[in-house]
Amino acid sequence: MKKFSKPGWLSGRTAVIGLPYFWLTLCSLLPFLIVLKISFGEMDASGPFGSLVSFIDGALAIKIKLTNYMYLAMDDLYIIAYLNSIKYAAMTTLFCLFIGYPFAYFMARADQSKRAVLMMLVMLPFWTSFLLRIYAWKGMLANNGVINNFLMSVGAIDTPVHMMNTEFSLMIGMVYSYLPFMILPLFTNLAKLDVRFIEAAADLGSTPWSTFWRVTVPLSKSGIIAGSMLVFIPCVGEFVIPDLLGGPSTIMIGHVMWDEFFSNVDWPMASTVTVVVILGVLIPMGILNKYQSEDEQKL
Amino acid sequence: MALVESIKPSGTAAGDAQGKPFLLINNLIKDFGDNRVVNNVSVAINKGEIFALLGSSGCGKSTLLRMLAGFETPTSGEILLDGKDIAGDAPYHRPINMMFQSYALFPHLTVWDNIAFGLRREGIARDEIADRVEKMLGLVQLTNYGNRKPHQLSGGQQQRVALARSLAKRPQLLLLDEPLAALDKKLRERTQLELVNIIEQVGVTCVMVTHDQEEAMTMASRIAVMSAGKILQIGKPNDVYETPNCRFVADFIGSVNMFNGTVEVDEPDHVIVKTPECSHYIGHGITGTKGMAVSVAVRPEKICVSLEKPDQEYNYVQGEVIELAYLGSYTVYHLKLAGGNVIKASVGNTMRHGAFHPKWGDKLFAFWDDDAMVVLTQ
Repeated sequence: MKKFSKPGWLSGRTAVIGLPYFWLTLCSLLPFLIVLKISFGEMDASGPFGSLVSFIDGALAIKIKLTNYMYLAMDDLYIIAYLNSIKYAAMTTLFCLFIGYPFAYFMARADQSKRAVLMMLVMLPFWTSFLLRIYAWKGMLANNGVINNFLMSVGAIDTPVHMMNTEFSLMIGMVYSYLPFMILPLFTNLAKLDVRFIEAAADLGSTPWSTFWRVTVPLSKSGIIAGSMLVFIPCVGEFVIPDLLGGPSTIMIGHVMWDEFFSNVDWPMASTVTVVVILGVLIPMGILNKYQSEDEQKL
Repeated sequence: MALVESIKPSGTAAGDAQGKPFLLINNLIKDFGDNRVVNNVSVAINKGEIFALLGSSGCGKSTLLRMLAGFETPTSGEILLDGKDIAGDAPYHRPINMMFQSYALFPHLTVWDNIAFGLRREGIARDEIADRVEKMLGLVQLTNYGNRKPHQLSGGQQQRVALARSLAKRPQLLLLDEPLAALDKKLRERTQLELVNIIEQVGVTCVMVTHDQEEAMTMASRIAVMSAGKILQIGKPNDVYETPNCRFVADFIGSVNMFNGTVEVDEPDHVIVKTPECSHYIGHGITGTKGMAVSVAVRPEKICVSLEKPDQEYNYVQGEVIELAYLGSYTVYHLKLAGGNVIKASVGNTMRHGAFHPKWGDKLFAFWDDDAMVVLTQ
């Protein structure tokens, strides 16, 4: 019998597995650790952030300051911004789900030639810069924008409807931008859904409506979770859309971070805000991920 | 085959149908674009019968079944269930349930919930549902498996859950789509009889689709052989096997030796067909005329072989053994005849150490009785 040698430390196998870990470490873990480190420091005269380690008079001192974290927990501004972020991210996710699910379902059930066209239509906005598209919405929703001008010219309204810099304009921008991220995973999931399950449900006396809720939706659960995560997570930290379309009442954490960094030039505080956002998103994501992979094994 | 025949209720076979048929299919046609998949099919199926649609893939049998279930709408024709035309009804309004090929059990529901799915849609009281699901689980011998998910069951168990699910609503008509195709051979043979037993206990009328003739013959009381969207022959398993009505059926069911020739003598009590290989004396009259081109079909197991020339004037050929397959209970000899045709003869190995051991290259005589063959005119 041929003996298989145990893969060595530097075999092709470890290289293949190691490469993505290398990139993840370089591009995700390392920057995060740097941000974490800054968040424990304080501003000092020499730069926007100080060193944690000092060596003065032969004494090595490591100073980990938690002031920023305590400040964060006590100041209303931060808490409101966090809550706002979560609220708007959740609302965006829900709207995307309600708009995206029927679209993805329709796409998955369409025949092969139509599917390609529909898929292109979903991807089409990506061909234009994200920033331009948000500016376009500005032009549409402004007081003297396309929509108001049209409504006034047909005589539906006398004075412009105020839409810009409200929750409404913020939601329009967020849902519009993130909808494809909901549709694509849902589509992949629903396209795989075996029609026989739907036929079996109909055969057992289930109306199309009841089949949808009792068979289609439960079977597409992993697609719903994937789409929701893809929308919710970036939405929490969204900065550009609230900045351009939102108003003073819709302040989100991304904006606070930007202010700390560029207006106050308080890097430790900005880092603290960042760390809390990352942890706040990572923990629910980890739980969902575990739940989902367990679920996947059953199917 | 004989075993199943004996436990089947009498009066369900072809020809002796009393009164109205339970399921009547009239001139059913289904077109997919220019392609006529089901071509003018008419069948009458009696109450309590297990009826098999048998054919190779693409013959239209599955489309026919799907029209019964309501997943396809007929292009024309009618489907009468107990006298009522259901051809236009939605699947969820039909008193018909189907056991799907590879079962289509809902993966997100437990066995219990799978079986209860149809009952819940009917708005039946909770206690009644529980009662009926438990009964179904008992019927298919899965009483303690209610909490499992389908992926935790073996193929045979999944098949039984699928059966229980399709019987739970007490349908008037049960449809089986290749019911055993997903099981391995050993399990399939055992399950065939088990399935028939359960269906008969429940007493439901059943239409099944299969490409496996053994399955059809074991399970069904009548078989319809389909090809290219048409039904060629309907009959009891032994009728279809012993008296096929055309070359296709004779060839499709079992294996057959076909001799092509012309009618030489046409008498009411016998005919003689002359073929290049031999003269066939057939001990019964046929609906043909002298000089007509016909085929004579002889099943391999009806052929005897010997080293000596048989003591008969007709119905024998001589050939060289070119292939010899020992299959345990019987041996199949492939004999190459003088004209180049090859015929098959299967001979039962009834003796453990018989004296008769033909070898490759031996010249053998093959002969058969005057009632062993069927004359096929089309």
